[in-house]
Amino acid sequence: MKAIGQPEAALARTHLHDWKFGRRTGVSDGIFSNLTRFFALLVIALLVALVGILVIDAWPAITRFGISFIGSTAWDPVKQVFGALPAIYGTVLTSLIALIIAVPISLGAAIFLTELSPAWLRGPVSFVIEMLAAIPSVIIGLWGLFVLVPFIRRPVESWLGSHLEFIPLFHGPPFGVGFLAAGIILAIMIIPIITAVSRDAMKAVPNEQREALFALGATRWETIQRAVLPYCRSGLVGGVILGLGRALGETMAVTMVIGNSYKLTASLFSPGATIASKIAGEFSEAANGVPIGSLIELALILFGVTLLVNVIARVLVWRMTAVKAEKR
Amino acid sequence: MTTREHGYFRRKWSSRVMLGLCSTAAGVAILVLAVILGYTLAHGISALNLNFLTQAAKPVGEVGGGMRNEIIGTFILIALGSVIALPVGLMAGIFVAEFAGPKIASSVRFVADILAGVPSIVVGVFAYAIVVRPMHSYSAFSAGVALAIIMIPVVARTAEEALRLVPNSMREAALALGITRWRSVLGVVVPGAITGIVTGIMLGVARIAGETAPLIFTALGSQFGFQGLLKPIGALPLQIYNYALSAYPDWQRQAWAGAFILIILVLGISILVRWVSNRKST
Repeated sequence: MKAIGQPEAALARTHLHDWKFGRRTGVSDGIFSNLTRFFALLVIALLVALVGILVIDAWPAITRFGISFIGSTAWDPVKQVFGALPAIYGTVLTSLIALIIAVPISLGAAIFLTELSPAWLRGPVSFVIEMLAAIPSVIIGLWGLFVLVPFIRRPVESWLGSHLEFIPLFHGPPFGVGFLAAGIILAIMIIPIITAVSRDAMKAVPNEQREALFALGATRWETIQRAVLPYCRSGLVGGVILGLGRALGETMAVTMVIGNSYKLTASLFSPGATIASKIAGEFSEAANGVPIGSLIELALILFGVTLLVNVIARVLVWRMTAVKAEKR
Repeated sequence: MTTREHGYFRRKWSSRVMLGLCSTAAGVAILVLAVILGYTLAHGISALNLNFLTQAAKPVGEVGGGMRNEIIGTFILIALGSVIALPVGLMAGIFVAEFAGPKIASSVRFVADILAGVPSIVVGVFAYAIVVRPMHSYSAFSAGVALAIIMIPVVARTAEEALRLVPNSMREAALALGITRWRSVLGVVVPGAITGIVTGIMLGVARIAGETAPLIFTALGSQFGFQGLLKPIGALPLQIYNYALSAYPDWQRQAWAGAFILIILVLGISILVRWVSNRKST
């Protein structure tokens, strides 16, 4: 009896809060619940292992270059000098372009879905935007390479180049492939996620908020601007940051349209690289030791940044939904 | 016109303009999808032919050939990823929904969310480090591991949410009949949540079917088709990527045909998921 009683006592202490039914439980229950616990802990162990392995494998590069890795623009396998700055710059720049394009479109679409759309249109429009999220990255990249890039080269970049050349951003020959193309592709890829999260946040705003402003004689836009948007601000910011997290780590589509050149330049038309595209492009050819360690250190940086961004986003979105639960 | 009326006029019109802009934004989002989807489908179907589906890739420079091996390879990789991910994901989901205390439940949930947000290229690097390097070979197995890591959080979170929707009275009824907890979980609670669980699995499959980044340095690609778990293998997304960046018009054509197959596969699963979950809720 002792052998059976022992695991049961342990079970009762730690979990099974829904199951206060006592005695009718045996060894098999202990085995099963511990088995499920094992797999759940495996998920946690996976994340820990991921961090540990990346740090260990990046170690040759970390000890060799120290903090200067982040500030250096070199990438020279012959001389064995590596630096992350152009990749970090490219990642930040393309993500910024993506946010500048995607945020207004996504918020507008979310406002349309929650505040304006007739009920029958809501489902189909949400559906279509969700489908956009399901298209594999490599297909968006294919489309970007053969349709978007030529379009950007001919009318867009040559027009910007000839009319706004005095701005350094729009300086230089129109390649088509480059930061601008990558930014636009990323915008397309993050519109669905920002739209979905901010739509849910706006839905969580109680109707009384809107009615109060209507009663004061506000127009529809004023109601949205002063009642809806401020109320769900943290949810909206969370959605935008989730989109940013996606943009930072997106690989295939960016690799296909960014042109893969490793340099620092102010021009949006210039080919460049992001952290993800650098890893995708060079990993399978990199030699062991410092070269591959440098690429893995890039992966570690990317992981760290997306981790931070995702945690912030989770907390913000979670706070929003917590408010919603409280109100009920 | 008094100033007050003027103010009203301005407010009314600025409201209309802003609302118009919001509707336009929704229209733009839909237009983008329509353009990408329409172009890929139209271009893809005209590039598609029977050879593409039934023949292996031809060597560099030769016209013709197809992606038969890569299509089969994609299904093998999906199966491999699922075989590894399903036990882990489902059991973790069951643990969080049925057994875990609030603290450990929220930490597993949090970790799963974080894991879901890890860029797929980083997962590829990880799979390379733990499988490819120790075994000294690119392999189908290492790609399966990478895809499984991407799939696990999806399956775990959706399974947990589906299990939570099962009313407690079902659990109580099962226990009142005198069966053990594990049998009530597997025999009553899981079947009660099966639609949601299957939906989650299909979402996971849709997610990994189109993944390319983690395959570059795990599966590597191979023109020979499946030669065993420990040998490199070709996959549809990988081949689309390689052919799209090649200089040969015929390979570029095949990239479009491959994109057509892939998009049908992924969107097909996504639409099926949506249909199943809609049917459940009505």
